Amino acid sequence: MTGAIAAQEAAFLSLRRQRRVATLLGVAIFLACLIVAGWVSEFHPATLAAGAPRIGEYFYRIAPSLEWSKLFSGVTTEGSLAFWFYRLDKWGLLLFETAQMAALATLMGAVAALLLAFPAAKNLGLPGWAHNLARRVLEATRTVPEIVFALIFVWAFGVGALAGILAIALHTAGALGKLFADAMENIEMRPWEGVRAAGGSWYQACRYAVLPASAPDLLSYAMLRFEINLRSASVIGFVGAGGIGEELYNVISFNYYEEISAIILLIILAVMAIDLLSERLRRRIIEAAS
Amino acid sequence: MINPGGHLLRPGEVAAWRARMPAAFGPTGSARAWKWLAGFAFLAWLIATLWWFGASPQRLWNGLWGLGVIIRQMIPPSPGEQWVEILKGLAESIAMAFLGTSIAAVIAIPLGFLGARNVATNMLFRFSLRRVFDGFRGVDQLIWALAYVRAVGLGPLAGVLAIATADIAVLAKLYAEAIENAEKKQAEGIAAAGGSPTLVMRFGILPQVAPIMLGHALYFFESNTRSATILGVVGAGGIGLQIAERIRVRYWDEVAFIIILMVVTVMVIDWISGKVRRRLIGER
Repeated sequence: MTGAIAAQEAAFLSLRRQRRVATLLGVAIFLACLIVAGWVSEFHPATLAAGAPRIGEYFYRIAPSLEWSKLFSGVTTEGSLAFWFYRLDKWGLLLFETAQMAALATLMGAVAALLLAFPAAKNLGLPGWAHNLARRVLEATRTVPEIVFALIFVWAFGVGALAGILAIALHTAGALGKLFADAMENIEMRPWEGVRAAGGSWYQACRYAVLPASAPDLLSYAMLRFEINLRSASVIGFVGAGGIGEELYNVISFNYYEEISAIILLIILAVMAIDLLSERLRRRIIEAAS
Repeated sequence: MINPGGHLLRPGEVAAWRARMPAAFGPTGSARAWKWLAGFAFLAWLIATLWWFGASPQRLWNGLWGLGVIIRQMIPPSPGEQWVEILKGLAESIAMAFLGTSIAAVIAIPLGFLGARNVATNMLFRFSLRRVFDGFRGVDQLIWALAYVRAVGLGPLAGVLAIATADIAVLAKLYAEAIENAEKKQAEGIAAAGGSPTLVMRFGILPQVAPIMLGHALYFFESNTRSATILGVVGAGGIGLQIAERIRVRYWDEVAFIIILMVVTVMVIDWISGKVRRRLIGER
C-alpha cells in the first residue's frame, strides 16, 4: 500500500517537475522575444525615461482648460465649453461627411461582397475554379489594409473623399465577402433543392432559397462592418482621403492642442452613438428573423 | 375562375373577398406606397452623396485608367536597391506588435479585475471604468500613433506606445468579461478555506481565466501585426514608413513587393500564433 502511494507521489513529482521545466522554458523564450523586440523597436529605458515626461506634458496640453464658473458662457470666454468647441459647425459637417463616407463605402463593399459570396460559397454547386478564384480575390482584398489602398487610390483618383470611400469599400468587400460566404454555407439546403426540383434556375435558387435564409446574418454583419468603417473613415484622411481625419491631422501637425481633444471627443461620441444605434437595430433584426 | 367548391365565381365575389382580407391579395396600397417612398429616399440619398463626393463617371473612368497604369507598373514586383531597409522595417513592425501587445496584455490584467462585476462590487466605479474603456475603443490606433509621434518623436517607440494604449482598454474589457464568466465555486472554496481576497484571485479565478486571457492576447497580437504594418504611414516606425515613402516617389514595383511581403508576414504570424494557441490552451 505504501509502495503504491510512494509510486504515485513520485509520478506526481516528476510530472510537476516536467510542467515546471516546460513553463520556465516558455517564459524564457517569451522573455528572449521580448528583449529582441524591445531592442528592434528602440524601446530603451533611456529613451523611455526621456520620453515619459514629454508624453505627460503633451497629454496635459491637449486636455482642455475648462473652468467651472465659466463653463456655459459664450464662445469668446476662455475656459468655456463653447470656447473649446469654437468650430463645432465645421467639425460637425466633417463628421457628417465621414459618416456618409463610411455608409457609402459599406454599401458598395457589401454589394461587391454579396456578388462574390455566391461563387465563394462551397455548397451552391459552382465549379471548383470559380470557388477558388472568388475566395482568393476576397483574401487578397481583405489582407491589404485600407490605408494602403487609400495611399494608392489618392494617386489614381485624386486627393479627396472618393479615394477614401473606394479604399474602404475594397477592404470591406474582402472582409464581408468571406463572412457572407460562410453564412451562405451554413444555410439549410432544403429550400435550394425545392427550388431546383421545381425547375428553378441557379439564379432563381439563389434569389428565393439562399438570400432569404441568410439575409438576417448578412444584414447584421454589414451593420457591424459599418461601425468598423466609421473608425477607419475617421483616420483615412491622414493620407489625404477625406473626412475628419484630414482636419485632425492638421491640428495635430500644427499643435493646436485643445482642438485635438475636441475633435477626438467628437469622434468618440459619434462612434459610441453609432455603436448603440446599430446594436439596437441588429438585435431587432435577429429577433425578427427568429 | 374556379373556387374550391367547384362553382364559377359570381361577379363581385372577388371584390368582396378583397375588401374582407386585403392582405391576401398581395401588398396593400399603403404598404406599396411606403416601399416606393423608401426606394426613392434611398436613391435620392445615393445620388446626393455620390454627387457630393464628386463621383462622376468621367472621374471614375479616369481613376480606373490611372489605377490600370499603376498596376501595370507594379508588375513585376521588385525589392529595389534598399531591400535591407524594407526587411528592417518589417522586423520593426513585428517587434512593435509583439512589445505593444505584451505591455497591453500585462497592464490590462489588473484593470480587468477592477472592471469585473464579481471582483469590484462598487457599481458607480465599475460603470465609469467601463465607459472609459468604451471611450478609448473609439480612438483608432493611428490617432494614438500620430499623437505619440508628436510626444516622443518619430520612430518605432511611438508605434509601441500607440498599440499598447489602444489595446489596454479593449483587452481590459474582454478580461473583465472573462472574469465575470468564471465559475464561482473555486473562488468560494478558497474563501471558505480561509484564503484572503488576493489568494482567492490567484488560485480561485486566475487559473480559470488565464487560458482565455492568453487566447485574447494572441488574437490581438495577430491583429496588431496587421495594424503595425501601417502605423509607419504617420511616422511611427515599421514597414508602413517604407511603403509610404515609395508611394510618394511612385516606385510602384517596390510598393507591390512590400504589399506582398506584408501579406505573407501576416499569414506566417497567423499560422505561428495558431500553433501557439493550440499548444497552450488546447483545441476548442
